Amino acid sequence: MRHVLSVIVENRPGVLTRVAGLFSRRGFNIDSIAVGEIEDKDLSRMTILVEGDEKVIEQVIKQLNKLIDVVKISNLTNESTVNRELVLIKVKAEPSMRAELQQLVETFRAKIVDVSLDSIIVEVTGDEEKIKAFELLLKHFGIQELVRTGKIAMMRGVKFIKMNGEGGKSG
Amino acid sequence: MKIKGAMMVVEALKRENVDVVFGYPGGAVLPLYDALYDADITHIMPRHEQGGIHAADGYSRATGKAGVCIATSGPGATNLVTGIANAYMDSVPIVALTGQVPANLIGTDAFQEADITGITLPITKHNYLVKETRDIPQILKEAFYVATTGRPGPVLVDIPRDVLAQEADFKYPEKVDLRSYKPTYTGHGGQINRAVRVIKEAKRPVICAGGGVVSSGAQEELIKLAEIGQIPVTNTLMGLGSFPGGHPLFLGMLGMHGTVYANYAVTEADLIIAIGMRFDDRVTGRVDSFAPHAKIIHIDIDPAEIGKNVEVDVPIVGDVRRVLEQMLKKLKKGETEEWVEQIGRWKKEYPLTYSFSQEELKPQHIIQEICKITDGEAIITTDVGQHQMWTAQYFKFKRSRSLISSGGLGTMGYGFPAAIGAQVGCPQEKVFCIAGDGSIQMNSQEIATAVCNKLPIKVAIINNQFLGMVRQWQELFFQRRYSSTCLEGSPDFVKLAEAYGAAGIRVTKPQEVVPALEKAMEINDRPVFIDFQVVPEENVFPMVPPASPINKILGGGTK
Repeated sequence: MRHVLSVIVENRPGVLTRVAGLFSRRGFNIDSIAVGEIEDKDLSRMTILVEGDEKVIEQVIKQLNKLIDVVKISNLTNESTVNRELVLIKVKAEPSMRAELQQLVETFRAKIVDVSLDSIIVEVTGDEEKIKAFELLLKHFGIQELVRTGKIAMMRGVKFIKMNGEGGKSG
Repeated sequence: MKIKGAMMVVEALKRENVDVVFGYPGGAVLPLYDALYDADITHIMPRHEQGGIHAADGYSRATGKAGVCIATSGPGATNLVTGIANAYMDSVPIVALTGQVPANLIGTDAFQEADITGITLPITKHNYLVKETRDIPQILKEAFYVATTGRPGPVLVDIPRDVLAQEADFKYPEKVDLRSYKPTYTGHGGQINRAVRVIKEAKRPVICAGGGVVSSGAQEELIKLAEIGQIPVTNTLMGLGSFPGGHPLFLGMLGMHGTVYANYAVTEADLIIAIGMRFDDRVTGRVDSFAPHAKIIHIDIDPAEIGKNVEVDVPIVGDVRRVLEQMLKKLKKGETEEWVEQIGRWKKEYPLTYSFSQEELKPQHIIQEICKITDGEAIITTDVGQHQMWTAQYFKFKRSRSLISSGGLGTMGYGFPAAIGAQVGCPQEKVFCIAGDGSIQMNSQEIATAVCNKLPIKVAIINNQFLGMVRQWQELFFQRRYSSTCLEGSPDFVKLAEAYGAAGIRVTKPQEVVPALEKAMEINDRPVFIDFQVVPEENVFPMVPPASPINKILGGGTK
């Protein structure tokens, strides 16, 4: 099963190496990882997608917690969350195909961010299903290049990750 | 007041009550060595950085304080790697200070440059590359705090040469508050109650006590728990010494070379109380048949150890000593007579045994005599292999911190430098290093260190002219094909010792053992090496073959 972990870390050089290194040496697999500063500039938030059963995830969380630079870990897998990923896709676009493409882009609330003679770059954000569906449709036109940020996630509603609240680090 | 970075390091060491450091100089740490030149800190110089860090490790295990070692950049730092991994596996608090090339040269493949923070990432509890002189006090304060609290472990601080040479304001922090590091010391009340209830219900309980009992100083609490609950106690290798070897409830070590009765007891138990131990494969054997009838209470300060290798019924995260204190307040006297009697029968039926000979020198006999002549009170360090297991089996340890041995990493060459550290830390104690003829040659250059510092360490080389443990496996599992395990060309160890200015004694017959030990005990101004030329092909039994259930035992009786 795929899990979504939100890991708040100290915003210091080498932290990503510590986290990534831990995954590889303990034999855990990262599906995707997205990192960026948060509202407190001393901290960064990593959204990590990791494959494994409950036992594996328990170990992942416990081992991550042992890293001195890791401040807080939240398992968002079973939470109601907003999940987003940003993807840039360069698609072949002969002038004759443009209208059809334009329509598709509008349907998916994507954006055309660059146009050249025979290709365009499309920017799309959304959750996994939407992006998968969009990607599948664009394949018919011919995808030349694709790049994605990795998923980020945030809990819906009043819940939020409190820095000093429950689920803080111990041990 | 502005002072140099190197001076800050010395000041920080003093504030951390460090009176001994083990270090080897070199280009990148020249400023630090200049500051150490007239500092009020004893500096012990090994003859190889690996010897230095093992000595710091032995010092730490013997005294309970953090061990400190210093090495220069590049090869100096990489020579620490084995010692760091060793300390990490056995949770030993060490602060390793390494020099680094000047900050502006980092990343240029400069002379003697190595990315030591990168290299040691997976084998340190934490590490630091110091970028600014003014950061030194805060980082060193944190380094000692992280190394010695929670589950202890090695911390490395890499300091570029120019950072050591430049000046900045020195203000040493009073305390450390890391928002991302808050060890749990007190056990959860509800879990303590559950544990006490489960203990009360148990008919056949066994305590498995590990190195956590030693590092948290919980020997007394462990004895109380065992005596009040009438619960037999077995130790892991790292736990030996935490429970008196002569106690009627003691079962000796469990696992691959554990006693038959310890392994039977664990297999038949209906409750395992695992205290400060981590269910290593050498302890559990085949993990799915480990303690198949037992509930498991697991007490450990590291939450990641709980549930890692075996499923646990009552997990308790906390400092072993504090958790045991909490439990003792609620524990009632246990009634386990039948169970203790059953174990007593196993003890009689399957004792630890070997065939003593009047003609040939047996290693087990030597260990027993060392135990006798020291009254079990010495600090014993070992290397890794057969002699280590015989020591674990036949030496009756009486107190915590009296066995110093490389458990997790199994580092050959550890014992002798560790003995140097132990003797430096505990000058009043008798320190014995029990070594193999293979292991001793992995760090024999440290004889010079011991001689220089007039350390009266007794080194008992169990010389069987083989890499004995590997040979034993070849005999048992590889049809006696002794591939590269015969130690031809070893030096004359008596002459080797004498060449360095140490004393050397050779023993070839059982009758010579006691006189040689008596003579060694009288030498107090230099190390003594005793070359015990034992029978070449003695095996360590009992033995549980790798990945077998621990009640399937070679050389001991199989149930």
